[in-house]
Amino acid sequence: MIQLNTPVAEDAIRALKVGDEAEISGTLFTGRDAVHKYLHEGGKLPPGVNFQGGILYHCGPVVIKDEHQNWKCVAAGPTTSIREEPYQWQVIRDFGLRGVIGKGGMGDKTLAACKQYGCAYLHAIGGAAQVLAECIKRVPNVYMMEQFGAPEAIWEFEVVRFPVVVTMDAHGNSLHKEVFAASQAELAKHL
Amino acid sequence: MKLLQDSLLELIRRTSTEIPDDVHKAIVDSLEQEKKGTIAESAMKIIDQNIALAKNKSQPICQDTGSIIFYVDCPLNFDQMAFEEAARQAVKLATSKGFLRQNSVDSISGKNDGTNVGPGSPTIHFHQHRSQETTVRLVLKGGGCENVGAQYSLPSEKLQANRDLDGCRKVILDAVLQAQGKGCGPGILGVCIGGDRATGYEFSKQQLLRKLDDKNEREDLDGLERDIVSTANQLGIGPMGFGGKTTLLGTKIGVLNRLPASYFVSVSYMCWAYRRQGVTLQQDGAIQNWLY
Repeated sequence: MIQLNTPVAEDAIRALKVGDEAEISGTLFTGRDAVHKYLHEGGKLPPGVNFQGGILYHCGPVVIKDEHQNWKCVAAGPTTSIREEPYQWQVIRDFGLRGVIGKGGMGDKTLAACKQYGCAYLHAIGGAAQVLAECIKRVPNVYMMEQFGAPEAIWEFEVVRFPVVVTMDAHGNSLHKEVFAASQAELAKHL
Repeated sequence: MKLLQDSLLELIRRTSTEIPDDVHKAIVDSLEQEKKGTIAESAMKIIDQNIALAKNKSQPICQDTGSIIFYVDCPLNFDQMAFEEAARQAVKLATSKGFLRQNSVDSISGKNDGTNVGPGSPTIHFHQHRSQETTVRLVLKGGGCENVGAQYSLPSEKLQANRDLDGCRKVILDAVLQAQGKGCGPGILGVCIGGDRATGYEFSKQQLLRKLDDKNEREDLDGLERDIVSTANQLGIGPMGFGGKTTLLGTKIGVLNRLPASYFVSVSYMCWAYRRQGVTLQQDGAIQNWLY
């Protein structure tokens, strides 16, 4: 099992290849539809949020306050990433991301940006909100909560051994493209 | 009223945190079938762990606690408005307790008031019957799987699908191909052949109330259901679209009459986190028994 620690160095990302299983420890920031549109339209990251060498998680978690008034994440699986395809390449380019976690994979623009800037798409198990929430040890901060609402806000997670599968690497390979092409060819035999 | 509200809260809690037995069995079976040491097997293992963890911690199986859809079968003189009010209160409570995510936003402004109650949320379908019994079924359907639902108008030249069962088969399998990866597979299909654009989708969702191990009363549709599952599982799409053996856990198909001019095939995709539960209620609103 490959271990990735944030901030992630470019060579560690370039060493990954499609099909690798990895575990992430360190800081993750969440960002989904509203955040991507906001950044695409020229929005600035709020103070305290730094994507340099970082990993962005496509996730709208369930977070509650515990008895000590600290944030506690009770469910945190990935959301479908393809909705961010119009924006993701730009966020990778402009903010120095080394990894994007989500589900379902992304398209050619993101794949090209991964290759050019040294980033990888890391697939978390969709729907596995409890297994993934267990890896979130602390929620130090939330940003843009007022503006975007809880699921769409930027949450800062401290994670330990958060499990992912590399499905798009920094060499132009995409497991999603491979499986789609193979399954489409197989389906043709059954029609 | 308070009893009914408590019963609905418990129904929501259990639906969000526990997978029904029939679905769990199908998931365990597919875990055993995946090749050892593959990422498909890893994915199924995490899914299985997640189901146990959610139940033990009484926390949502998936963070997208989905559209909240109630199906109520009720006797004559049932107070539907009182039920609607109790359901809205139960949804608010379930949200404040973290069984539901703050998951309902104004479509234009994007504002989220954090209650999950608003136009269209929750959705409640009432159906009156002669029996004195009241049953309430609940489906929580996440956005990822809802987004990969599809409606086809036959004939489809692109898919070479004519207005017959073979044409239906072609478009349903196309929906499986297109949904790969995005809908959190292995998935379950609810399909409606016929109806109009609205009733077709609605009836396709109602198919998801059926148990996975039931049998379609119509022989031709039963055959089609089995064929779709077995063909889909030969495509190599697998859990999460990682490649592998299990692409579908089940397919349920219903039929509505159509206009001569229309021939819709509507497909609702349900993710592995198939949140469906139901109760029979006593006259006073307390839970009498569980349905799944």
